[in-house]
Amino acid sequence: MDFESKLFFEVLVSESFLKGAAISIALATLSQLLAIFFGFFLAIFRLGKNPILKSFAGVYIWLFRAIPALLLLLIVWNALPQLIPAMRQGWYSPFLAALLALSILEGAYMAEILRSSIMSVDDGQALAGRALGMTPTQVMRKVVIPQLTRIAIPPTANEYIGMIKYTSLASVISLQELLTRAGNGVSATFRYVEYYAAALIYYLVIVSVLMFMQSRLEKRYSWISTVKKSKRV
Amino acid sequence: MSLIDIQKVEKYYGDNHILKGVDYSINAGQVKAIMGPSGSGKSTLLRLIALLEPVHSGKILFNGDLIAGNADGSRKKPESEKVLALRRRGIGMVFQKFNLFPHLSAVENVMCALTTVKGVDKKDAHEQSINMLERVGLGDRAMFFPSELSGGQQQRVAIARALVLAPRLMLFDEPTSALDPELVREVLKVMEKLAEDGMTMLVVTHEVGFARRVANEVSMFDQGQIVEALPPDQFFTNPAHERTKKFLEHVQ
Repeated sequence: MDFESKLFFEVLVSESFLKGAAISIALATLSQLLAIFFGFFLAIFRLGKNPILKSFAGVYIWLFRAIPALLLLLIVWNALPQLIPAMRQGWYSPFLAALLALSILEGAYMAEILRSSIMSVDDGQALAGRALGMTPTQVMRKVVIPQLTRIAIPPTANEYIGMIKYTSLASVISLQELLTRAGNGVSATFRYVEYYAAALIYYLVIVSVLMFMQSRLEKRYSWISTVKKSKRV
Repeated sequence: MSLIDIQKVEKYYGDNHILKGVDYSINAGQVKAIMGPSGSGKSTLLRLIALLEPVHSGKILFNGDLIAGNADGSRKKPESEKVLALRRRGIGMVFQKFNLFPHLSAVENVMCALTTVKGVDKKDAHEQSINMLERVGLGDRAMFFPSELSGGQQQRVAIARALVLAPRLMLFDEPTSALDPELVREVLKVMEKLAEDGMTMLVVTHEVGFARRVANEVSMFDQGQIVEALPPDQFFTNPAHERTKKFLEHVQ
């Protein structure tokens, strides 16, 4: 069997694949954002003095780093509705279930990334902020967060790229994301090469865009005056 | 009345007895210098006055108001950070390693506390900050980031950052110790000017020339205690204590 380039291009621009890609990107982006949010508070708890919050964060991170993503997806989609009747309703979609599972799981990883980022901000920074009369919240917002962001960008971008690929696991709970749609196409036509090649192109393009965004963001956090920037060019 | 009055202050880090019943005071408009070996507790004293750390026992009065410790000098649970943040506004602190915020330009470093702590609007804060940078001779460096400034320039920005909040007392914790020798002068010049303008200052330093020219009194710190406190001329030429004599052999 030859490579049917016509079929390949048709698949590539098909509505089905575009929609699948959109679902993958939306799921990965929302999961990652939620995970950053969860992870930030888990990191603060873990570094803080409150023993209850500290051990909560410790157990959370231990538990969700141990559970395989695939298992958690199946638990959230199949097992939870058995326990909680409200989850048997129509609002509980595969997308929501995947968002729940992936953000909870990724939150544990982001907690560790953000914890190490916070720790790598020099102690003198918070000290200077406090000496200026800033409250702990102001020190966090104005002094620590901008600096930990710069440190956290590369590993967080890594996680985000990983997340794009993790979304393909949600095919097991019938989410119509990119890889599910490629699989559907294959089962209808047995044209493995064309469908898989088209899916591959999508992933390459998505990840390339993300890497471009990462380098833009890193430049924004280079902390060099515009005077010098223009001189360097 | 003293602007700062420290009475029988004790401080421990774990089992380490850092300050052993220190009594010290500064009147408004005075410049006092502290010398002593590292680990003698001089920096700790500054941090206690800046309310960055709680006293173990004893008390600190600022302009007659109790700001740290208990009225009877006993141990006390530290105040909440929010209460302390308010009290810290009257006291400016300059650190050995500058501790400028690397993500902000020079002018933004100076503005930062004005806008977040005092709620001054951005335009006003910017104008005040530029004025303050001009006062420390850095009006032309306002847009530069800390990584683009020399150590001496960074320390001058740090001084401007503390001054812009109009503190009544300025604390300097070895402000020139982390600088290359040829950058020390520009920082000391700014500090001398500040003293001339009547700022109350407490300076931990090993700069003998500066202490001689500017300070009203120099104290020798050793092992958590003040060994002696004398006018600079006497301190450097005719100290009473052996410990001071020995120490001065090394710095002069």
